[in-house]
Amino acid sequence: MKHLSQNDRLLLIFFTIMVLAGPIILAPFGAGYPDLLQRFAIFGIFAIGFNILFGLTGYLSFGHAAFLGVGSYSAVWMFKLLTMNVIPALLLSVVVAGLFALLIGFISLRRSGIYFSILTLAFAQMSYNLAYSVLTPITNGETGLQLNLNDPRILDAANETGTIPSTNLFGLTMNSTAKFELLGMTLQFNVGFYFCAIILIAGFYTAMRITRSPFGLMLLAIKTNQTRLNYTGINTRPYTLAAFVISGMYAGLAGGLMAITDPLAGAERMQWTASGEVVLMTILGGVGTLLGPVLGAGFIKYFENIFSKINDSVLESWFAFLPEGVSDALVFVLHFFVGKGWHLTLGVLFMLVVIFLPGGLIEGGTRIYNWLRVKLGKSDDSQKAAE
Amino acid sequence: MDAILLQILNGLDKGSAYALIALGLTLIFGTLGVVNFAHGALFMIGAFCAVTLQKLLNLYSVVIDPTKTDFLGNPLKVKVPYVESWFGEALGQSIINWSVPLAIIIAIPIMVAIGYIMERGLIKHFYKRPHADQILVTFGLAIVLQEIIKAFYGANPIPTPAPDLFKGSFDFGAMIGFAENTIIYPYWRLIYFVFSAIVIGLVFAFLQFTTFGMVVRAGMADRETVGLLGINIDRRFTLMFGIAAAVAGLAGVMYTPINPPNYHMGMDFLVLSFVVVVVGGMGSLPGAVLAGFLLGVLESFASMNEVKTLLPGIDQIIIYLVAIAILLTRPRGLMGRAGVMED
Repeated sequence: MKHLSQNDRLLLIFFTIMVLAGPIILAPFGAGYPDLLQRFAIFGIFAIGFNILFGLTGYLSFGHAAFLGVGSYSAVWMFKLLTMNVIPALLLSVVVAGLFALLIGFISLRRSGIYFSILTLAFAQMSYNLAYSVLTPITNGETGLQLNLNDPRILDAANETGTIPSTNLFGLTMNSTAKFELLGMTLQFNVGFYFCAIILIAGFYTAMRITRSPFGLMLLAIKTNQTRLNYTGINTRPYTLAAFVISGMYAGLAGGLMAITDPLAGAERMQWTASGEVVLMTILGGVGTLLGPVLGAGFIKYFENIFSKINDSVLESWFAFLPEGVSDALVFVLHFFVGKGWHLTLGVLFMLVVIFLPGGLIEGGTRIYNWLRVKLGKSDDSQKAAE
Repeated sequence: MDAILLQILNGLDKGSAYALIALGLTLIFGTLGVVNFAHGALFMIGAFCAVTLQKLLNLYSVVIDPTKTDFLGNPLKVKVPYVESWFGEALGQSIINWSVPLAIIIAIPIMVAIGYIMERGLIKHFYKRPHADQILVTFGLAIVLQEIIKAFYGANPIPTPAPDLFKGSFDFGAMIGFAENTIIYPYWRLIYFVFSAIVIGLVFAFLQFTTFGMVVRAGMADRETVGLLGINIDRRFTLMFGIAAAVAGLAGVMYTPINPPNYHMGMDFLVLSFVVVVVGGMGSLPGAVLAGFLLGVLESFASMNEVKTLLPGIDQIIIYLVAIAILLTRPRGLMGRAGVMED
């Protein structure tokens, strides 16, 4: 942490505390249970990685889900063949996703702008189609890759329990949870979440270091004006390729963690809607900021969880105090936006953010902060004048 | 020989859909310089125009038919669609039967209006923003349109049959001198191909032979100069957006009998249509049409059993492979102009 500025150090400490205290902070909001917390952390990692490519270099990839899927598949294969310990699985998923990203990046990065987006989209769709059809021996096609009782797992002791073993870190099982009662709430401290959380913090720190390094500045320069860099005699491709591979490795890491918390992998993780989702998260949070992607990922996953649970009867109970006609009309309209219609809300929200708030939630926060400061500052001035 | 011809024919219907969508995408890109990720959604909305018309025509009133009785002797209630009670039974039934071709008539104004509103209401504000923003906002719009359709029509495909006259297949090979029963081809696919050829021809004729089209072509070549000559080029480009939307919509309307439409059909076609546009050359209208048919036929060849046993899975990825090869070796595409979006 020596090389970080004062602000960055504070941000990192703040971030670490917030993440580690996640189960306590989020419990009052109904989000304190392990499954959702794990998803926050995993998609946070995915979005941080995506932001290293899109936020820093400006290259908009529409195929990042392919790396996520590859990471998941490799992790599950490691569980099947070698051991249920998570470390080898994670290592393999990062390495395989990195190699895959190297291959795709090497080809795609020959073009920029729209062409780059379309190339990555084409590669991701290709991987998705292949995973569904020809690669069925590796991916198990439509059913998805799952653990079996008779998998070899050569490093593990013979499995005599008759149940599929769970993922663990040197014996510490990932799905074990410690529960505490506090003020009427149940606090759940889950091993899997803390494992993801520590990796999220490490990933955040790495991203911070990358952003503040000369390499990160070079990436920003590529975003600002690549032509000028080329004219000054700098070959930008190694830099963009490195950024692409790094962000691919983050995606692979997220995919591996997904397999760790829930050991199965399906081809739908590679579909381009999944790639679109991470773009959404990054934009919503704030492109190019450190905290933004994590915020966006958390925001989307949280509201996905809340909104998809609301149904018509819940809506009716909310608006019961209104006259019947008004409440019926409101329920009728809102009905499209909740429950299964959550994606509609997401789409509308996404458009609003792109149109009015291109900097995402972070920019929104900054604007409100500045507005408050100006407002409060002015009232101070007027008070002074009155005195 | 007949096997080759059969594959070419099989590829034509998908190729027609690719060509029509890619034509619209290229029109929008060539005129307004915007990459429209919502174009697939327009295709889908076109298909749902046909679905809606079919549903509307099938609205019925329940009347008591005195001529028919149930086994107790009571007069039977029968459902009579309104069109049958208005236009008489024979005409009414044939109107319902022909709902898909009839949907063309309602689809054109609807699609032009949607395109117009989209351009004026949303895309207009994005000309000066980076390409990434344009992609993102139209992507968001595509999600919204898709989800609205899903909310109204559900997630399942809705069968929308062709008129009885064109159901089934015919022996195309025998008509052109091959042995009988070698080339069996469904009527509707042939009609789809002819229809899209007509639409493509109309678009090109409109651009080539009308004053309006001439101005638009001039604007595509040099927007500023046309503007300086005192022509309101923006207004014409807006109309071109409407026309592009209508082309996508028509492609969707006529595609419904081939594949029952569902809410995500647009997205499935969109990804491929982008690839088509890239292969054809960004901004080149003939390139888009040519590449559309070419890739459709190529896909159909790749799905032959002989090819599949040789290279398993090739049918799934052939289009992407071609696109990658083209982008890397000839970035401007097959017929793209030099210097247009080459990096």
